[in-house]
Amino acid sequence: MDFFRKFEIDPRLVGMLAALAVIWTGFHLLSGGSFLTPRNLWNLSVQTSAIAVMACGMVLIIVTRNIDLSVGSVLGVVGMLVGVIQARWLPDLMGLEHPLTWLISALAAMALGGVIGLFHGALIAYLVIPSFIVTLGGLLVWRGAAWWVTTGQTVAPMDGRFRSLGGSVEGAIGASASWALGAVAIVAIITAMVMARRRKLSFGFSARPPAIEAAVIGVIVASVIGVVMLFNAYPLPVGIARRVAEAQGTPWPEGGLFISHGFAVPMIIAVATGIVMTFVARRTTFGRYVFAIGGNPEAAQLSGVNTRRVLMLVYGVMGVLTGLAACITTARLNAATNSAGSLDELYVIAAAVIGGTSLSGGVGTIIGAMLGALIMQSLQSGMVLLGVDTPLQNIVVGIVLVVAVWLDTLYRKRLK
Amino acid sequence: MSDGKTPLVEMRNISIAFGGIKAVENVSVDLYPGEVVGLLGHNGAGKSTLIKILSGAYPADAGEIAINGQIVAIRTPRDAKANGIETIYQSLALADNIDAAANIYLGREKLTPWGTLDDAAMEAETRKAMARLNPHFRRFKEPVSALSGGQRQSVAIARAIHFNARVLIMDEPTAALGPAETAQVGELIKQLKADGIGIFLISHDLHDVFDLADRVVVMKNGRVVGTAAVSDVTQDEVLGMIIGGKCPPGAIPGPGSATGSGAASPNAAPTSLAL
Repeated sequence: MDFFRKFEIDPRLVGMLAALAVIWTGFHLLSGGSFLTPRNLWNLSVQTSAIAVMACGMVLIIVTRNIDLSVGSVLGVVGMLVGVIQARWLPDLMGLEHPLTWLISALAAMALGGVIGLFHGALIAYLVIPSFIVTLGGLLVWRGAAWWVTTGQTVAPMDGRFRSLGGSVEGAIGASASWALGAVAIVAIITAMVMARRRKLSFGFSARPPAIEAAVIGVIVASVIGVVMLFNAYPLPVGIARRVAEAQGTPWPEGGLFISHGFAVPMIIAVATGIVMTFVARRTTFGRYVFAIGGNPEAAQLSGVNTRRVLMLVYGVMGVLTGLAACITTARLNAATNSAGSLDELYVIAAAVIGGTSLSGGVGTIIGAMLGALIMQSLQSGMVLLGVDTPLQNIVVGIVLVVAVWLDTLYRKRLK
Repeated sequence: MSDGKTPLVEMRNISIAFGGIKAVENVSVDLYPGEVVGLLGHNGAGKSTLIKILSGAYPADAGEIAINGQIVAIRTPRDAKANGIETIYQSLALADNIDAAANIYLGREKLTPWGTLDDAAMEAETRKAMARLNPHFRRFKEPVSALSGGQRQSVAIARAIHFNARVLIMDEPTAALGPAETAQVGELIKQLKADGIGIFLISHDLHDVFDLADRVVVMKNGRVVGTAAVSDVTQDEVLGMIIGGKCPPGAIPGPGSATGSGAASPNAAPTSLAL
């Protein structure tokens, strides 16, 4: 414990990474070497994105001692509307495959999600209806509403540019763009860490020893480079690579051409969401109030925090993120169906809880929740790879959830 | 005390009811700069409710509050703080999961030029403030749940006095403390008094109050039994006011006094039932 405290390394985060490493290695060995491949990990990153995006919002909700059971249904209704907007309304107004269709659809999805979230938040904060009940109602209402949008018809296909939000070949940004993004990330991380360190030292506070700081930076830089190399090592399938080469006017060589996938757009969206939400949670007054409310709602109110407004806004944020996840899901399926997002609320809550968010409020991190989402998706993908039946997959995920929370409880007790 | 000076705080004819029960009824109290007024009474006498009205936690149903002679509207904790009224609650009202600096600055955070939280600056100020209050305090990085009762108390006190309070409300400030820490709080009160800060001290420890207060106001069943300078009454007489509502000759009777003018109030019966 002293080691972690001294060097300001979060032991829970290290524990989760270790758990992830065990799960990944285990599946790799059991599947005869097909889990830790660029292809599988690329798919894993795409499959995790929607849940990871929503988990960022769920952390804040659970931190305030509330819950949101409606996210799956809200995803469903927003997904239907986003499908109808781009497949039926916008083509009539602006023509098929208009370059702005994807953007208008995505912004409409986030706005709609945000409005639904604010509405839930207003009922919870100002009418003081328990969040469990409001969002349980929302779970039913919005699933029904999703059906009503088209009376149950599936809407397809989606706009070409919009599809890239969901991954697949359109949503792979390629090798050079991935390197560029990696470089930007490295510069940003180093700048942020150096600035934080300078600030601490300027107030005469202790900071990590320079050697440890350098080691932490080194590990982070190496991981970023490793991740870029990993995703660049997954080539496009031959047929598609050929089409891409032809489109660029490159002659198709005899032995084929290695064109990298690079990062998938949904993964970039998820990571960007995680960064923005971590910033919101830790560096803004809003984030500070969210945690203060979770720690002691009465104290926050007596300190002059407008607790009702903060609570309503937390649900608004959840709604916007659900709208974003609806875009990812709809784009990935290339269709809007009224059952999209079913049971997602449970996966999102489980991700947050596995990631160390305490249901009694006040405690939780964004990165933990995102790792929680990755752990759950890894379990599911791994079991699919091993040919485990769906019912058994659910049993395993359920057991893991309970065991993870039990371990977390033990860890917290030891802290005290 | 009312020798022609303007009171720092004047609460006039304050009333508040919760679901038909009159928790505070027609209460008037005042407080002068550099004065300590002890508010006494049983549990449920209405003293905590009265100070929660002054600190903005409950808006009063009736009555008015004047600060330095100016009538002000106090509807929220923010209004109270804007008028220089700070409160140390009996429960301390700390968010357990965040650190001392975050608690002290909760609701009035220091921000960087980009509008983000300036945690380093808040911690630096907190270190200065705590160095004066509790020089042994070292645990700046930990959530306040990890602190001892005395340390938590220091954080709550630091939060109240750090923003140049003119009026300080202390609700049972020594209830959770050991003898040494209690003495320390006594010293602090004397020091704040010397700085011209007015203090409402709520306590059920008569010794504490007689040590520290200049005047006492005794409440019973939501009404003021009487007000007295501590030099004019004995502890036994004050005890009689608290228990029996009897106002001794040294005290100025209030509407809640058994012999006072308010005793014949038509609301007297339901109020006593509420106890």
